[in-house]
Amino acid sequence: MTDLAQDVALAEEPSFPSEPVRRSRLSVRRRAMLSGAVALTLVLGVLIVAAFIPADTLRVNPATRMLAPSLEHLFGTDLLGRDMLLRTTLALGQSVGIGLFAAVVSTALSVMLGLVASVNRVADRIVGVATELFLGLPHFVLLMLVAYAAGGGVRGVILAVGLTHWPRLARVLRHEAQRVMASDYVAVSRGLGRSPLWVARRHLLPHLIPQIVAGFVLIFPHAILHEAGLSFLGLGVPPHLPSIGVILSESLRALGSGLWWLAFFPGLGLLLVALSFEVFGESLRRATDPDEGVA
Amino acid sequence: MLSAEGLVYGFGATPVLDHVALTVKPEDRVGIAGPSGVGKTTLGRILAGLIAPHAGTVRWDGKPLSDYQGASPVQLAPQSPELAVDPRWTIAEVLDNGGGVDGAVLAALGIQPAWGRRRSRELSGGELARVSLARLLLPTTRVLICDEITAQLDALAARQIWSALLPLVAERDIALIVISHEDRLRSAVCTQEFTLSGGRLEG
Repeated sequence: MTDLAQDVALAEEPSFPSEPVRRSRLSVRRRAMLSGAVALTLVLGVLIVAAFIPADTLRVNPATRMLAPSLEHLFGTDLLGRDMLLRTTLALGQSVGIGLFAAVVSTALSVMLGLVASVNRVADRIVGVATELFLGLPHFVLLMLVAYAAGGGVRGVILAVGLTHWPRLARVLRHEAQRVMASDYVAVSRGLGRSPLWVARRHLLPHLIPQIVAGFVLIFPHAILHEAGLSFLGLGVPPHLPSIGVILSESLRALGSGLWWLAFFPGLGLLLVALSFEVFGESLRRATDPDEGVA
Repeated sequence: MLSAEGLVYGFGATPVLDHVALTVKPEDRVGIAGPSGVGKTTLGRILAGLIAPHAGTVRWDGKPLSDYQGASPVQLAPQSPELAVDPRWTIAEVLDNGGGVDGAVLAALGIQPAWGRRRSRELSGGELARVSLARLLLPTTRVLICDEITAQLDALAARQIWSALLPLVAERDIALIVISHEDRLRSAVCTQEFTLSGGRLEG
């Protein structure tokens, strides 16, 4: 009986070929907004909480060592009796700060190199070779080299993460700029007497800006993961500062003794922040792509 | 009068145009045929002043095309309207690109004011082809080079476009250069026919 009713309902539903396209386009946009809200809430929440926690809250307390997660200490406590929820939040704040700065540096580099390459033929060759070189080397080896050469510490991490994340976006921007400048619509605008500056402003920028924004958002999760990676290896943030990498490398030693919460919650926090930006960046790119949703 | 003399062009070591000359008067309807890859589009781009020939000149009324400020008197309508319209622009922006098209052109080509806020993806192939043409029919346009403008359309849509375009260019004293593979189209539209082969235009 219910099956029959369902069949009838399905049969009566009018089907318009344009309907699914329209709906999926809306949902791409909604997905971008939703994931953006989640990502920004996470980051802002972490930054605000980290900023309002007084520096001396993380006091060593031998009485509360190695406590499993409970209502009092939601994320448990570490080997020195410090609250892991607090430590995780502070560390994420630090990671987000470093990641943000490195993403800004990388994006600025990408934009400069991408644009220079699209204007000048010799510069294009140089940027092309440099891009392939940077992409050809294992990224982490490069990170370690730069961090080491810069003398390690917070400065080393920022330099390493900032100076090694530009090739992907630079390549995208260079290619996009070349594609737009060689397009028929730019030829039409030139035939209609439009100046190179006008073409750059009206054709090039509207195509590049969404790529730059999405590229920035997508660099960010890589930057914070790599910051954590460097600190984990001891090449980054010094052990006395809060950092997910430092926490994870400490907890590695304690993992064998069953203190799972030392690694679990900070790792989960890092994963959530990185993942939310990955999803946000990808849906942002899709939402601003005029070809998206077109068969 | 459009006069091109001694046009030479090549890609690397491959010659494409070998001293091509062409004269087009306002009432002329010039057809250019030739196999694929022979250089018809390149010739069109040179005649419109979009690329510089390696040798030779293109003049309108005795003045080199590069001397004209603003919109060129010779306009090239590219092959595929999908590629010739910036996908991030609205149709209103596309139509205003040359400084505004007059209402008679829009009416003759059946362009609806309601399309203004849409983007190129939201028009059909035939509608977009008409928009792509309309923006080139400015008061300053003297020659329109149509590079396979209806090749990707069905016969009916192509016919609509040509039957709207021909009276428009006639009343505005605009010369036509029709680059097309279709013999029937060229014989219906053109008053002179050339074939491009071996880098030369043969009448």
